[in-house]
Amino acid sequence: MTDQQPIHFLWGMVPVFVMLLLWETTARLQLIPGGIFFPPFTAVMAEVGDMLFGGVLIPNFMYSLGRVVAGFISGSVCGIGMGILMGWNERANRWFSPIIGLLYPIPALGWLPVLMLWIGVNEMLPIAIIFICSFFPVLYNTLTGVRQVKPELINAARILGASDLFILQRVVVPLALPNIFTGLKLEAGMAWKVVIASEMVAIPTGIGALMMRAESLVRMDIILVCLMILSVMCLLFERFFAFLEFKTTGKWR
Amino acid sequence: MPVISLSSITNHICQGTDLQVHDGELLVLAGATGAGKTTLLNVIAGLTSYGGSVQFNGTCVDSLPPSKRNVGYLFQDFALFPHLTVTENIAFGLQARGLDKKVISHRVSELLALLKIESLNNRYPKSLSGGEKQRIALARTLAPHPEILLLDEPFSNLDQRTAKFLRLEIKSLQQKLGLTAVYVTHNQMEAFEMGDRLAVIKNGQIEQIGTPVEILFNPITPAVSELFGAPNIFQCSRIDALDFGLGKANCGRLTLIVPYDGKAVDKIAVFPSGVRLSRHPINTPMPNRLQGIVLDVRLKPPVVMVDIQVNDEKITAELPSQLWEKIHIEISDPVYATISLKWIRVLTK
Repeated sequence: MTDQQPIHFLWGMVPVFVMLLLWETTARLQLIPGGIFFPPFTAVMAEVGDMLFGGVLIPNFMYSLGRVVAGFISGSVCGIGMGILMGWNERANRWFSPIIGLLYPIPALGWLPVLMLWIGVNEMLPIAIIFICSFFPVLYNTLTGVRQVKPELINAARILGASDLFILQRVVVPLALPNIFTGLKLEAGMAWKVVIASEMVAIPTGIGALMMRAESLVRMDIILVCLMILSVMCLLFERFFAFLEFKTTGKWR
Repeated sequence: MPVISLSSITNHICQGTDLQVHDGELLVLAGATGAGKTTLLNVIAGLTSYGGSVQFNGTCVDSLPPSKRNVGYLFQDFALFPHLTVTENIAFGLQARGLDKKVISHRVSELLALLKIESLNNRYPKSLSGGEKQRIALARTLAPHPEILLLDEPFSNLDQRTAKFLRLEIKSLQQKLGLTAVYVTHNQMEAFEMGDRLAVIKNGQIEQIGTPVEILFNPITPAVSELFGAPNIFQCSRIDALDFGLGKANCGRLTLIVPYDGKAVDKIAVFPSGVRLSRHPINTPMPNRLQGIVLDVRLKPPVVMVDIQVNDEKITAELPSQLWEKIHIEISDPVYATISLKWIRVLTK
């Protein structure tokens, strides 16, 4: 990290601090009618402490986190695998492309009623939804990445004596990584949005379900805590993959 | 027995093409864009499908994939793996063959030293200049000890000075390592500088094959002559030796200073692109300074062909259109010409 970067980061945080200050002031001075629906920022942060020590937040957070990790990893791994297969093998692409082309436009949450009937309301439901949400975009990004590898590089590798498997491992997949990471970064945040939505609709545990219970108890502070967690987790997941991308491709790009 | 033998090659461009490349020679494949030069290289490497037969040292290799043909291929745009360091790029072919790490490390060090690129070993291609990239590509190509070297316009993306330097280096390496090489180019100077023999290709067919001098002085078709800039050919009646490997040649009423090695000279070729024209006397230390009259001007964008008469002999000059617009010479105008020695070739008896 250069000397300039911490300064840039701090400057970048200034609008956030201003927004929090406005939030706090508006709520404290009750400038918005119906103050119960608009607690100050400090009250929300105090609620975070209560929820942490009261044993409410961590179990629900872990439920959501577990679902996101399981659904996202399985969906991404399958998406990457399928993308490589379709990008590398023209016959596989011809076979699967029409099917995937038909299924891809269906929004992940559109599968919810179908999956509720097929697999029931259980732990697999949000995982399956996140799987679908991650699978298609990661597949298309991987496919694009594999297709964009210059044919001359593949020919050069062939002439140098490399087998197809060696070329895939050492040339195609590494060069497709920037595209793969684009898909992962986009879908890492989306997985959190989808898990919250599916928990709000169909699952009794997790951050989404906690929000729905808070809504029935008119606890705006808890709802805001949950939304803040969602926002932070989306950001953290995206940043994590941006970091991984930099670590794996930063040197040569 | 030729090291590479192509018999009745047919595909989307070639229609029954035959070609033999002898042991240790560098054959230049020259031709216009789309003539089928790269296609023939790809046939030798096994990168494209074809009918007919390709033999290496008398053994048919048609059923072998590119990875088993043991050829080295130097691409026009280098084709370095951008995600690998210089060392990893050079080691790629050795790792693909599953060689021992020590053997790989030794061979990579050897090539880094041979091509004088030790200081670049941990750099990525994005930080290298064009010339450095091509040296790395050459090291990577030579690493697995190929028997045959294929070069597809390897220097067309480099500046002239770097390209000339690398051409000489490749030629010297090819001779030192005893490699049989096929070199594709559309650059006439490159073709003459590099080739032991030259094959002119048109529509996938070998139009003429021979030494560069044979083809230059005896083109069998106008197309072949045109490809090499339709040189001015003069019959030499007498030559007197001067110092510094030069000779004063009398060609009819024209006198030219030419490269001379003491052998009897038959004909002299002057490339039109090497004849420089000016409306005013040229005060440079160039050996061949001539004065004449413009006979004809033919526009052939992006160049202009100008015929001038010097002492009853006709010389054709090729000028870039921009230069011609600048000096703007017309028929019957007096004109001054210079011819650099590097654009003159001599046919000995």
